[in-house]
Amino acid sequence: MSENQQQPMLKVEDLHVYYGAIHAIKGISLEVYENEIVTLIGANGAGKSTTLNTIAGLIKPRTGSITFGGKDITGMQASRIVPMGLSLCPEGRLVFQQMSVRENLEMGGYTRTSQEVAESLDEMFQRFPRLKERSGQIAGTLSGGEQQMLAMARALMCRPKLMMLDEPSMGLAPILVDQIFQIISELHASGVTVLLVEQNAQMALSVAHRAYVLETGLISMTGSAENLLHNDAVQKAYLGS
Amino acid sequence: MVFLSNLVNGISLGSIYAIIALGYTMVYGIAKMLNFAHGDVIMVGAYIAFCALQYWNLHPLVALLLAMVFCTLLGITIEGLAYRPLRRATSLAVLITAIGMSYLLQNLALLIWGATPKNFPGLFSLGAVSLFSGQLKISGNTLLTIAANIVIMIALTTFTAKTKLGKAMRCVSENRGAAELMGINVNRTISATFAIGSALAAIAGVLLCSAYPTLQPTTGSMPGIKAFTAAVFGGIGSIPGAMIGGILLGVIEILGKAYISTELGDAIVFAVLIVVLLVRPTGLLGKAVREKV
Ligand SMILES: Nc1ncnc2c1ncn2[C@@H]1O[C@H](COP(=O)(O)OP(=O)(O)OP(=O)(O)O)[C@@H](O)[C@H]1O
Ligand SMILES: [Mg+2]
Repeated sequence: MSENQQQPMLKVEDLHVYYGAIHAIKGISLEVYENEIVTLIGANGAGKSTTLNTIAGLIKPRTGSITFGGKDITGMQASRIVPMGLSLCPEGRLVFQQMSVRENLEMGGYTRTSQEVAESLDEMFQRFPRLKERSGQIAGTLSGGEQQMLAMARALMCRPKLMMLDEPSMGLAPILVDQIFQIISELHASGVTVLLVEQNAQMALSVAHRAYVLETGLISMTGSAENLLHNDAVQKAYLGS
Repeated sequence: MVFLSNLVNGISLGSIYAIIALGYTMVYGIAKMLNFAHGDVIMVGAYIAFCALQYWNLHPLVALLLAMVFCTLLGITIEGLAYRPLRRATSLAVLITAIGMSYLLQNLALLIWGATPKNFPGLFSLGAVSLFSGQLKISGNTLLTIAANIVIMIALTTFTAKTKLGKAMRCVSENRGAAELMGINVNRTISATFAIGSALAAIAGVLLCSAYPTLQPTTGSMPGIKAFTAAVFGGIGSIPGAMIGGILLGVIEILGKAYISTELGDAIVFAVLIVVLLVRPTGLLGKAVREKV
């Protein structure tokens, strides 16, 4: 692909992350280029969430570097990374249960002006009509699928250049999973670059351009999504065939 | 009439507890820690107001403002120096630090102002209000305390519901990580919470010493513990809970002292707390902690 000649939008180099004495990420490197959908797959506990949380600035890495849009963001606080256009829709959604749908969305635009927030709010209500219907409802009372939509819309409220999604399909019925992946494709079409973590490797590989396979804190395989989808080892380990 | 008079006094004392309890409850809700030094910030606020009135002859309103500004800075400093480095430490370590901070403030006050109690001058000389052809007299101070509590409650409720910082506080309170992902600066939000709680503590200190004019380095401890009790009573983390808990506590204390036993007044207060917690472990308005999905 010609993309490899440009500067990557996100570049992670030799990242090491610890939880106390636990060495969770043992030197991973990855790149995401503009306009790509890249997926990170791996078994439970492989370190997928840790990787995304570290990129987002929630966890500080021990060593290694993270560059976003040409700027070094290693160890920077999340609150400074978000306005640069890097957003994470976290595992388990983490919507603000006691706030209304509208308030949740407004919080997603926390770093932007109220004018910009109003514009994005309209956009989100168009993209997610369900959220518009329920804008006054307390988020904790939404269904799981609605909460996932809300979490995604909230993460989009800061107009990210790169959106990271951590297991957006977790615990959802198949029809909703399809809908989530449909939205991810639409997002990509509208110019958002996507870094996607998924348990559902089949779906993730079919929507992504490139993929990394993470195994206990190390990247064991990488390549085009197409190739990995047909790779024997991947099929055995993650596609259940 | 005596009962009514006791009731009004109870509400007034309870209003002071409520204002202190707000500081406990906000800090607990947002920073997830018990700031046991909060009661001593009240004492510091009262000393600052005392100096402003007695030594510097400032206008009472200026004295109050000065106490609030000083306590705000004190609260921010305590949080930044003592608690922020422990943000990822165990809650026990934080609790012990807070207790240490409480003793530090008391001993500093002892060093600066000495052990001899000061006689706190009346802040505002407001006339008493007579009701029922003079059978019920309510002092101006009592009314002022109740009014202050109502104003603070309305202001704080509006603040958390409507303002950007208030909403950020609610986010941090619910989920710190998710709040960070919104671009909220969690440290600054926690700092602001300490600032607000400490400014309220200064107001409480001045109101307390206007009602009970003996000021000494330990003045803040007992009201601090009772206000903490009030916060737990109302449901810790809940702003209206602090208000209701505080007032109920004040009323129970005064009525208990008047009708049951002067000596046992405080014991009755804590007995009621224990009963409430047995029936409702989360306090009157507290929410059960929800499991994360
Ligand atoms: N807060 C924490 N404290 C200690 N260890 C942790 C913590 N969070 C994660 N770990 C450990 O780090 C490793 C990687 O966890 P991580 O959550 O990143 O995995 P994951 O790939 O996202 O898994 P899953 O698919 O189950 O979400 C695991 O061994 C986990 O036990
Ligand atoms: Mg995970």
